[in-house]
Amino acid sequence: MTHWIIAPVILPALLAPFIVLAARYHIGIQRVFSVAGVVGLIAIAAGLAWQAADGTVTVYQLGDWAAPFGIVVVGDRLSTMMVLLTSILALFVLLYAIGSGWDDRGRHFHALFQFQLMGILGAFLTGDLFNLFVFFEVLLIASYGLMIHSGGDVRLRAGVQYVLFNLIGSTLFLFALGALYAQTGTLNMADLAERVALIDPADTVGIRMAAALLLLVFAIKAALVPLHFWLPSSYAEAPAPVAALFAIMTKVGAYAIIRVYTMVFPPELDVTAGLHSTWLMPAALISLGIGMVGVLAAKKLDRLVAFSVIGSMGMVMVAISLFTPAGISAALYYIIHSTLAAAALFLIADLVRAGRDNLNLVAMPPVSGAALTSALFFVAAIAMTGLPPLSGFVGKLLILDAGLKSDAAVWVWAVILCSSLVSVVGFARAGSVLFWKAKSVEAEVGAVVAPAPSTLSYVAVGGLIALLVAHTVFAGPVYRYVEVTSASLFAPDPYISTVLETPGKLSEPTEDKEDH
Amino acid sequence: MGLELLVASAIGILTAAGVYLTLRLRTFPVILGISLLTYAVNVFLFASGRLSVGAPPILTDATVYTDPLPQALVLTAIVISFGMTAVVVMIALGAYLGANDDSVDDPIATADDQVEDQA
Repeated sequence: MTHWIIAPVILPALLAPFIVLAARYHIGIQRVFSVAGVVGLIAIAAGLAWQAADGTVTVYQLGDWAAPFGIVVVGDRLSTMMVLLTSILALFVLLYAIGSGWDDRGRHFHALFQFQLMGILGAFLTGDLFNLFVFFEVLLIASYGLMIHSGGDVRLRAGVQYVLFNLIGSTLFLFALGALYAQTGTLNMADLAERVALIDPADTVGIRMAAALLLLVFAIKAALVPLHFWLPSSYAEAPAPVAALFAIMTKVGAYAIIRVYTMVFPPELDVTAGLHSTWLMPAALISLGIGMVGVLAAKKLDRLVAFSVIGSMGMVMVAISLFTPAGISAALYYIIHSTLAAAALFLIADLVRAGRDNLNLVAMPPVSGAALTSALFFVAAIAMTGLPPLSGFVGKLLILDAGLKSDAAVWVWAVILCSSLVSVVGFARAGSVLFWKAKSVEAEVGAVVAPAPSTLSYVAVGGLIALLVAHTVFAGPVYRYVEVTSASLFAPDPYISTVLETPGKLSEPTEDKEDH
Repeated sequence: MGLELLVASAIGILTAAGVYLTLRLRTFPVILGISLLTYAVNVFLFASGRLSVGAPPILTDATVYTDPLPQALVLTAIVISFGMTAVVVMIALGAYLGANDDSVDDPIATADDQVEDQA
């Protein structure tokens, strides 16, 4: 059994305490170890993704206990792809944090960053629902620390909201897990898939409640309207690199929905019929609409970006809620795009803030480095709003195409196209006020001009933009990859049999198997 | 049946009180409410392995046993919720001491809230 699959969890878990204990007062050493760790993660993640690319499902049994008795870590195409995306995003976010000096404006940034990565990567890799809860808590408790990094009253207050909302989400998650366990007697996802299918369609109250509660929990993570209220304040007030890293956190919710509702509660299951089409689809469409209207209504740049995240999550959820292979592959393509674009926009908002008192969308004297910053904003805004030629446009086309065969095709097309128009207007207004109108405002005499952001900051943002361009240029290969991934999600038998049939301790089922 | 009724109503009362307190506007009642909710969910998790009296939580020769897994789940949940409550108390204290205001809602709405509170 190869141990590499657990490395994305172990590496940050060891690195973070090392940074706290050994390099506590040396920001330089912290930076070196943190960057080296993330580069190592990218290498490991690339190896895992390459290993999984031919459809191999890798199972790692912790303590060699066979599933469903022990906890398993599973690497298939979907989870390794998300791990690779997270590691690459983390590298650029980290470079920006170092380049802009954000990591030195409070203590323990790098340690918390590593713990955050551990939680996110663990959530992608685990094959057990209770373990997913534990990794959610790991990523949340690290994110609480990162969210209030470098302090300030406004940020602390937004942090309180963020923590309270997520505590309620965690409690709901536990209720869902309790209900699920009471109905099936297992929390291993592969085992659940087999047992849920055996439940009598006439006696489904408990399992229906569990499925709906679980969907609520993941929808909170994915910031789906009406459960999105935590997002705008927290993302807008969080330090920019942290907000950029949080761009992947909403995708953890989307990933969990894809995983659980293709394998455990597949769309053709009678027990949970209607959950996707009756509830998820309208909520996703409303999210998309509200997010893009929020972009137009925002009075500050950071809030504008936060609402664009809600909108793009709405777009992802529309594609997911179709629950067809084409819909899921479009969603996966769009998830990669939306993560990179949202992260780039949060970092660009910080580049703007470096030269201004605030991020209010009013004309103020040009910020230093305005030419380059505005060019980056222009490209990132094109990507986020889904205008050609960047990957947002490709992703949107894929989602529209997948939606064409749906019963709700009219709604899908109407909402996506209208909300796109609204968001284009919103971003165009923000960009023209921030960068063009600025030329008409004279700087006050004697005003101190802030120094331009460092080169490393621009390298980090430029790297994300370059990835977006690559995501567009290589749209064909990427789409073929996610297409096969999505097909494997709808035929989960290799996953289930690999998880349940890999031998380990207790692998011989005897009379001691749960009797529920 | 008496045991089931007792446990079910305990979970119900704890949840109801927790939800009520969570819907308040100040951090202290909200944190208390979330604590009550976590107590409720802990009992709920415990009950998800079915209630049985006087049975061992390990596999022995006895034919009746208590499912030990929910007890392990509850232990994990208790530890996590304990840590989380400590974190939220610290952050809420920091926010309160910094801004001299312990409202939970968005800062933009605070001006109106203060007016209402004073009225």
